[in-house]
Amino acid sequence: MTSSKLNISSRLHINTLQADTWLRLMLISAATIAAGILLLITLFLLRESWPALLHVGLLRFTSDTGWHPLEGAFNLTPMLIATFAASAGAILIAGPLGVASAVFGHFYASTMTAGIFKRIVALLAGIPSVVFGLWGLTVLVPRIAEWQPPGASLLAGILILVLMVLPTVALTAEAALNAVPESYFRGAKALGISHGGIILHVVIPAARSGIIGGILLATARALGETMAVLMVAGNVVQTPTSPFDPVRVLTANIALEMAYATGDHRAALFVSGLTLMLLVIALATVAGRLGGRLHG
Amino acid sequence: MFAALSWHSIIYAAEKLVLTGSSTIAPLAAEIGKRFEKQNPNVRVDVQAGGSSRGVNDARNGLADIGMASRALKPEENDLKSLSIALDGIGLILHQDNPVKMLTDQQVIDIYTGKITNWKEIGGKDGRITVVNKAEGRSTLELFLHYYKLKNSDIKSQVVIGDNQQGIKTVAGNPGAIGYVSIGTAEFDENNGVPIKLLPLNGVTASVENVRNGSFPLSRPLNLVTKTAPQGLAKRFIDFASSKAVYDIVEAQYFVPLAH
Repeated sequence: MTSSKLNISSRLHINTLQADTWLRLMLISAATIAAGILLLITLFLLRESWPALLHVGLLRFTSDTGWHPLEGAFNLTPMLIATFAASAGAILIAGPLGVASAVFGHFYASTMTAGIFKRIVALLAGIPSVVFGLWGLTVLVPRIAEWQPPGASLLAGILILVLMVLPTVALTAEAALNAVPESYFRGAKALGISHGGIILHVVIPAARSGIIGGILLATARALGETMAVLMVAGNVVQTPTSPFDPVRVLTANIALEMAYATGDHRAALFVSGLTLMLLVIALATVAGRLGGRLHG
Repeated sequence: MFAALSWHSIIYAAEKLVLTGSSTIAPLAAEIGKRFEKQNPNVRVDVQAGGSSRGVNDARNGLADIGMASRALKPEENDLKSLSIALDGIGLILHQDNPVKMLTDQQVIDIYTGKITNWKEIGGKDGRITVVNKAEGRSTLELFLHYYKLKNSDIKSQVVIGDNQQGIKTVAGNPGAIGYVSIGTAEFDENNGVPIKLLPLNGVTASVENVRNGSFPLSRPLNLVTKTAPQGLAKRFIDFASSKAVYDIVEAQYFVPLAH
């Protein structure tokens, strides 16, 4: 009896050890593959954009007269500015809106309302971007055009992006609020602080690293979004002077021209891809630093 | 059963034909290719889009058996052989509610270069003109620029689009817009209730019929390009693609078939 029991437990022990090793190996290889793919993509982008960096040179991507690749002009600055403007505008609107909706769902809505509300936000997150684009092109753009032609504009791009990144902000903010220990709330209540005061001065500050993380995630999504923006923003290469100006973002530039580009034109499009990648990496680095500091 | 069949066809697909080039022709060539494969079970037809220039280059370098170019060959490309399988016209489109009935070539040029910016300057209602242009590299753009003798950097556009459908939706949603798209697609949409209208060019109505009889000035040939006079499999495919056996496919994609 005893010996067989011992036998089983030692076998279990060995199995656990083996399972541990296997799990470890699997996780290591999965992580290596993920990191390796990112590295390969970066190397590939570098290799494909190399001819343009060599023939055209970095300087001309900011100093040429405009973007006319077939006439040998490769200025990316207007599109870089447009990309920043569209993402920044979207985050300025979607950030507060998303956090406010998470606070509402978490603290003010009844259980049923909060449930329905969460479902709707999650549904919004699942809508394919091309559907937003189609809606924007056939409904939003004509409305703006009645007011400020041509309608296809930076504003239309921003509004579509707001719809697309709002769920990201709302869902991550909700998760961050959920993670704040209940004791904070009770402790503040015991001190006699008002409901609104607790939310504004205790809970939100405690959840801020999660909220900011979500906003940075949403920014990365806004920077990378292609199809929907391409359909509503007008795609004219120019530096916007008003929200009603049509603009072209870097991703749209790649999608519009890649299928037809050859030679330096094609390589210049890879340079726009590389620029976007560097932007997102920079954003991720900032997010990491900020997250670390806030946690510490 | 199905798996066995497809393995069978992979093993015995001894002959492969590669076509690359114009994205206007690619969907047409893919459909023709499917029918060609059905009639020649041991042949695989591989179609890749990448623009007319790529089609010409690939045919010259031997990267493709046949190149696709939705324009006539340029003088420096005359060492290659080409055969037109169909015609496609390009027409200007306005919103249906726009009272402007026709534009002279000079007016079109002035609109596209930003000299005319309000419809009332050319007999329309007061309202800003939204100029819709195509993205760089598209052969529709090349043909349009060539016809009006413009450079793309001269054009002051408010919207830049990718494909024909995006152009039609943009104009349909904006009463002040002007754009240019493939006539076949526009004619089909106009007849199916999309609020756009095709403008005549120099008095010639923009219709598939007028592209067919050659009277419409802004049209382009859809060409299959080979390095030398086509032989063997490439010749069989080109003969098939320009025969009456594929008329229905050509017309289903709103192009005008050419008799040979």
